[in-house]
Formats: sequence, structure tokens, C-alpha cells
Amino acid sequence: MPFIPHTEEDIQSMLEAIGTASIENLFDEIPPALRAGKLGQMPEALNEMAIGRLMQERAEQDGRYLNFIGAGAYEHHVPAAVWQIAGRGEFYSAYTPYQAEASQGTLQLLYEFQTMMASLTGMDVSNASLYDGASALAEAVLMAVRAHKTSRRILVPACVHPIWRQVAEALVKNQGIELVTVPYCTGGGDTVAESLKHFEGGDFAALVIQQPNFFGVLEEVDELTNWAHSQNMLVIGAVNPVALGLLKAPGQWGGKGADIAVGEGQPLGAPLSSGGPYFGFLCCKQALARQIPGRVVGRTVDLDGKPGFCLTLQAREQHIRRAKATSNICTNQGLMATTAAIHLSLLGQSGLERVASACHANASLLVEQACLIAGVERIFSEPFFHEAVLTFDMPVADVLRAMEAQGILGGLDLTPYYPELGNALLVCATETKTAEDIRKFTENLERILSRHNSGPACTRLKPTATSKW
Amino acid sequence: MLIFELSRPGRKNPSQAPAPQPEASGIPAHLRRADKPLLPEVSEMDAVRHYTRLSQKNFSIDTHFYPLGSCTMKYNPRGAHQMAMLPQFLARHPLAPETTGQGVLACLYELQEMLKDVTGMAGVSLTPMAGAQGEFAGVAMIRAYHVARGDTARTEMLVPDAAHGTNPASAVMCGYTIKEIPTDHDGNVDLAALRAAVGPQTAGLMLTNPSTLGVFEQNIQEMQKIVHEAGGLLYYDGANLNAILGRVKPGDMGFDVIHVNLHKTFSTPHGGGGPGSGPVGVSERLLPFLPVPIIAHEDGRYRLVTEQGLPQSIGHLSAFMGNTGILLRAYAYARMLGGEGMRRVADFATLNANYLMAELKKAGFDIAFPQRRASHEFIVTLKGLKEQTGINAMDVAKRLLDKGFHAPTTYFPMLVPECLLIEPTETESKQTLDAFVAALKEVLEEAHANPELVKGAPHTMPVRRLDDVKAARELDLVWKAPAA
Repeated sequence: MPFIPHTEEDIQSMLEAIGTASIENLFDEIPPALRAGKLGQMPEALNEMAIGRLMQERAEQDGRYLNFIGAGAYEHHVPAAVWQIAGRGEFYSAYTPYQAEASQGTLQLLYEFQTMMASLTGMDVSNASLYDGASALAEAVLMAVRAHKTSRRILVPACVHPIWRQVAEALVKNQGIELVTVPYCTGGGDTVAESLKHFEGGDFAALVIQQPNFFGVLEEVDELTNWAHSQNMLVIGAVNPVALGLLKAPGQWGGKGADIAVGEGQPLGAPLSSGGPYFGFLCCKQALARQIPGRVVGRTVDLDGKPGFCLTLQAREQHIRRAKATSNICTNQGLMATTAAIHLSLLGQSGLERVASACHANASLLVEQACLIAGVERIFSEPFFHEAVLTFDMPVADVLRAMEAQGILGGLDLTPYYPELGNALLVCATETKTAEDIRKFTENLERILSRHNSGPACTRLKPTATSKW
Repeated sequence: MLIFELSRPGRKNPSQAPAPQPEASGIPAHLRRADKPLLPEVSEMDAVRHYTRLSQKNFSIDTHFYPLGSCTMKYNPRGAHQMAMLPQFLARHPLAPETTGQGVLACLYELQEMLKDVTGMAGVSLTPMAGAQGEFAGVAMIRAYHVARGDTARTEMLVPDAAHGTNPASAVMCGYTIKEIPTDHDGNVDLAALRAAVGPQTAGLMLTNPSTLGVFEQNIQEMQKIVHEAGGLLYYDGANLNAILGRVKPGDMGFDVIHVNLHKTFSTPHGGGGPGSGPVGVSERLLPFLPVPIIAHEDGRYRLVTEQGLPQSIGHLSAFMGNTGILLRAYAYARMLGGEGMRRVADFATLNANYLMAELKKAGFDIAFPQRRASHEFIVTLKGLKEQTGINAMDVAKRLLDKGFHAPTTYFPMLVPECLLIEPTETESKQTLDAFVAALKEVLEEAHANPELVKGAPHTMPVRRLDDVKAARELDLVWKAPAA
């Protein structure tokens, strides 16, 4: 019997101890009409060898591609030690650390994780993880509404990740919270003062600023933060943790700093894995600490005065506060926070900065090389981090299909998300890409485009930073 | 020692970082970081040793028996872990074309179909990332259903008082107010109270079955009628599905929606607090509202159905496809069990719980509902012990740690005083259960003979009992470098 250790003798003596003749009798309180027959759709059991072979075949069927897609999930080198340690049974198969004395390993690690995330984001406090970046944004919205008290409307620029906006909408709309879209500047690809003016004097709880934004573009975070604060709004910074190796932390934006920082933790040690598990992080200023959702670990002392760690601020949580909790979250993404802490320890300050710099350098090289191809242009003029939007005179889906045939995933087709951009491709290069990889990308792009368009190169005007949105 | 205290300025791991780059000239100075983040500067070996040592301060299923009620801490097969970590699965980008993901999608689709079978539901979405998100999805679908019918007067969700705290919290996130329904003397939901509570304001009932009291709701068919006749829908919290897997299908009981905790019933790891996975199954009438993406199989190809294909969907709950790696582990586990194996899970989880309950009763422990069968878990109440000796459930739990056993769930459900909620799961042997009984008997003897020993427990853990009042009052949530 798979994963059941009982011998025939065990079963008999256990039934005797219970005082019943069969296992069947143990279900006698279930009304007979409810007892199910056989499971109709369930296949026969396979042993580990057989299911291992099946899954190996399916994995091989999916193959490996040279990947230039980012869009919220980024390919990074994960040191071997990260998963070898996170995969240890003592981390992998432990429960949420309610019994603190028997969970000091997980608890101390999460305290270290919180310290690293708070410092990376320039905030005072961090929780011990949320599900992913998108749901973390939703939790930040809820938190901002609780903190603001009067407004239930949030300003969200259209250049914030479109799926994150959908997730946030799905998670908060039932509480009467409204996400109001701020248009982006079609020239720069960023959120600009002109477009915010329209919302001045409106009653909003917070402004969301994504840095870098979905287009890879760097926002003028100081200006935006100061504007929001002048309008009595909170600022939610949605950030990429690897980019924070180079970029200004949300806690330092503008005069007062952002109030809440959230993001997708995947770049810190989580493989792409078709979408998960990743983890969301949420950090905030001290004043908001008691509004934070999810698990939080604190340092304290034991009966002998020796330092130790335990879950704290539990009075906010669903298992105590029930209907009045700050969030319904219970199980979060503990093991992914574990990988992030190990990952960041192996990289250190200088390692993270180098990863960020290499990402930026590779993406810059890719954009520079791609824009040498006749008809290829970068759409937006503002600086970018490790992702950019390219345009050309050919349907993006066709270009991507042709690239896929060459073993390359050339980026994300933005047409379904931003049809107004025309043929727009969001392309990313992280530190994992070599100059040779980038050459392979540009050569293929050039070949595909030239075959499609044998006429003269496109001579459209470049959109400028001042063009109207 | 914290990792930060091991840190030495200038210590680097060049093999874990790319070569230094020339100045990132494309990034304007005013957008760059001026300070250095507080990340440790340690060698690779320092980090490996530090985190390996930390791991050794944990209890885990791989090292200890974990009879944590309502948490289903069963063995997490290593094979499932290895298969989910195949390099091609790990490398696949979530927005890569479906043509490059037919292998992974085949696994997910088959898991979807298997979950339909065990829950008896018409459709399943795999995207919720934990039980609580599954609850949110379920309640949001109930709301979307009522709203789509123009039935907007339904503002109240009924929740039994024995429910997990996530139930009321999830319903509030969906904009509902909560009405609590009491429990009767046999541990069932109080039917008279339920009858009195329903009305045109009732959106639905969230029911955990078997309940957190460790018993099967004997009046479940009647409850179903009461709620449906009032126009409400029925939500099945599948947290305790392990008890009935393959034996009872919530769909057959007339439920409209269920969430399944794969990190309980389908043996995926708890990881020290996640990642979990909480797929939802629905009856016909809720199919249009399922969260997206879901996986379709047409003309021999697998594809993701998104809001274009399911316009009334409650939407996306995660940026991509939920906790895919966890879904792959659950798939591998389900295939290793097969149909017969599923049914055996419920059989042996129930056998183990009833055996343990019988043995503890013989050893002199008070069982909360001795007149009932245990499902896959049961409750011991230490109210008598506390009155006699002053030793409470927390003391007993901590003393068990000294004896090499993780504590059962304590002080939950809240309606049983001084309770231990004990769930052995099917993967533990009779010999382990016997050893646990022996340990609890020793603690009982110690409580009478040497109560101070028990009050002061644990004595053998890396720390003694922690001051959690201080932790909450004097918040220390991040480490600060001492002033130089």
C-alpha cells in the first residue's frame, strides 16, 4: 500500500483495540446514501519508477528554449546551494512555526529574511511572505484603504503589470474598493505629472508606482511620491527586488519615502516553473506595522533570558481575529522565503548589485543591437532597467512563432494587453544571457523581418517624450 | 548567531555573481540607490553551514511525528519532489506559448480531472495558491452567482462556530457579514439554530466536514436542504478531505463549491508555512464563475482558458498559473496512489485516529466526544487535568516536544476547553502511535508527580518557553546593526 505502513497484524490488533471488526465499521456514522462507489476517473497506481518515467518524458517534450520573456517572471542564476538546503526535510516538510521552540530554524531564517527585505526596500518592517507579487499588491491596496480611513479608491497607472491589476481588482472589488486607471505617457512609457493633474483634489487612498514599470521603463519615483503625498495619499511602491541592487529603495523615494513596498520575490531564488511557486513580499513603515497582513516573526527572549524567535502580532490574524483579521491569509510561501534568504546570503550586497548591473547591461546591449535592424525601434524614450518594448512592421505573433521554431522565446506580445501600441514586443535580457545569446536573438529577428518585408525599411518618426497620451 | 553577525565587509562569492560591469550609464543618478542594503557578506560555506545548522533546529515530518490536528502532516514523498524539480519544468516561463508546455499542461489537466472525480464536482480550477485563497475563490463565486441573477439582497454568510478562522476572514474579503451558527452536544451543527438563521439575506453556508471537532456532520443532508431552500449556496471547506477521500464526494452531498488543500490531502510539503495550493471544484451552476486560467483539452492539445473563454469568471487570483510546482507534486502523488490508494488514505487515516483515541481513553485521557467515532482526528480535553494539577494543554504540548513528538494542535477549536486536536494521518505506523501514547502517559504522570517539570517545559529544545507578550509589545521584527 503506497505510503501506508500497516501490516495485516497491525490492522487486526488496532481493530481489536478499538473494539470493532472492520475498517468499514469506522465509517458507520456517515449516512449510507452518501457513501460513494468507486472513483471512476482515477487511473491505476504507478510506482515511483513508472511515474518518474512519465514525467521525465513530459518534461522532455516541453524542452528548453533560449528565453527572452520577462513580464513579471525573470530567469536568473540560482546557486546550487539554495535548493539543496531548502530541500532539506527539516525546512521542506516542517509546518508553520506555531510551536516556536521546535521551529527556531525556520523562525530565525524568516527574521533574517524580514531584515533583508526591509533593508532592500528601505522600509522598517517586512512580513514573512505572501502568495505572489500580484496578490501582494492587492493586500497593499487593502492595507492602504484601512490606513487611509476615508477613501476606498486607489490610483493605478496603466503601466503597472496588467495581470497584477486584474488580480488586485479580483481580490478587492467585493469590498467596494475601486482601482482607477492613470494613463501612461505614450512617448516616455512612464507615469507623468500631466496625467496625474487630472486626479488632483480627488479623494484617493493611495497611488501605486511600479519601478521599473511593466514596460521596463524607470518611473520618476521622487516626483510621483511627492505628488501623492501632497494629495494626502499613501504611496505603494511595487518593485523588482533584483533591480533594488541598483535602484533607489522605495523608502527613499521623494521627501518622505513610499509607505508600503510590495513585489514579486521570484527573482530571488525561485525557478520560473510555469508560474509558481513564487512569493510576494510586503514591507512598510513602522506606523503601519500593525496593519500588515500575514505572518510576522519577532525576536524575543525565553524563560532564561536567551534570545529566540516566535510568530508575533498574531492578534491581527485570522486564527485569532476571525472576521476582523487584516487578511484571510494563513499558509503563505514559507519555503520560497527560505530560498530567498539563502539566495541573498550567497549573493551579498555586491553580488546583488552585480546581477542588477549585468541585467541592465545585457538588456541595453540587446536593445542597441536590435535597433540597428532596419525597421526596429524602441517605442519609449525614458530609461529602462532590464526590459524594453520594441516595435517593427510585422505582427508580433508571427515573429515569435518564427523565433520559437529556432528554439528562441523572443519576448511577450503586448498586442492583447496594449493594442494601441501596434506591433509591440516586450523583451528582457537578464544576467543569464551571453553576448552570443543576444546575437542569436538579433540575427533571427533581422532574418525574420527582412524575409517578411523586402521593401525599404520603415521610416516612421520616433514618438517623443512630450507626445500626448 | 544571525547571518548578519557572521558578515565581514568585503567578503564575496564571485562564483555566484556575474563579472563586474562598467557603470550602468543608462540609469540616471537620481534613480539609483545611494545606500548599501543590509545583506550579509559571507562565504558560500558560511551560508551553507549557517542555514544547515538552522534547519537542524526544526521539527519536521522527515524527523518527527507531527500529530497536528486539521493540518494533515503526512509523509511528503521525495519522488514527487524530484519529479516537480525536473530541469525542463523549472525552466519554463509562465508566459511561454502553450506549444512549449504540453507536457506540464497534460499533468495539470489530469490533476484537474482527478480532483473532479474525488470531489464529485463538475469543474475544477487549480489556480488558488492556498486553502484561504481557495475559500476566497469559492465565496467570490457564490457572490458572483447571486449578483448575476440580480439577487443582491444576500449579504450574509453562515459559518459554524467550530470553523477555521480563515472561513469568516475569507467571507469578509468577499464583502459579506458573518453569522455564526453554534454546535450541539454531539459536535454537529445545531440544526434548529441553522433553521432560525437562514433567510432571504443568506448567501450561503461554509461547512468544514468532518468538522474541526473531528466528527462527520450527521445531519449534512438536512443542512443542505435548509440552506438551498432558503436560496443560499453550500461551500465545502475541504481542509479535512483526508478523512473521506474516495469514500464520500462532496458533490454527491449537494455542495456547490469545495476547496481542496493539496498540501494536506495530496501530500505536498508545508515548507515551514507554504507554499500550499487550494484548488476549487464547483457544481454545474458555478462553472461560468471559476477563477482563470483553467486547462482545456481539445483536439489532442492542452490550452489555458482565460477570461476571454470564461467571461463571467471571478478573474485571476495570481499573476500566472497558481503554485504550478506544487500542483506537479500533487499530480505525482495522486498517480502513485491511484484510485484504490485514494480510498485507502481515508481508511487508514480513520483507523489510526480511532486507534489512538481508544488507546488514549484507556490511558485515562478525556475525549471531547466519546460517544462519536473519530474521523481522521479527535479531541482530548485536559480540563480535568488542569483542575487537578494546574497543568494546561500548552504545558502538555511543550513537554511532548521534550519527548521527541511535535505537539498536537492546541486551543483549537476554541469551544472545547484545554483541548488537544490530534490527527495522526495514515502514513504513521502502529508502533509510532504506541510510542506517542506512551509519551503522553508519561506527561500525565509527570503532571501529578512533578508539575514544575511540565510547567517549565520544554527543556531540551534550542530555547525554553518564549515570551510572546514581550515579542508583541516590544516589536523587534528586523535586525539592526549595532552602532559602531
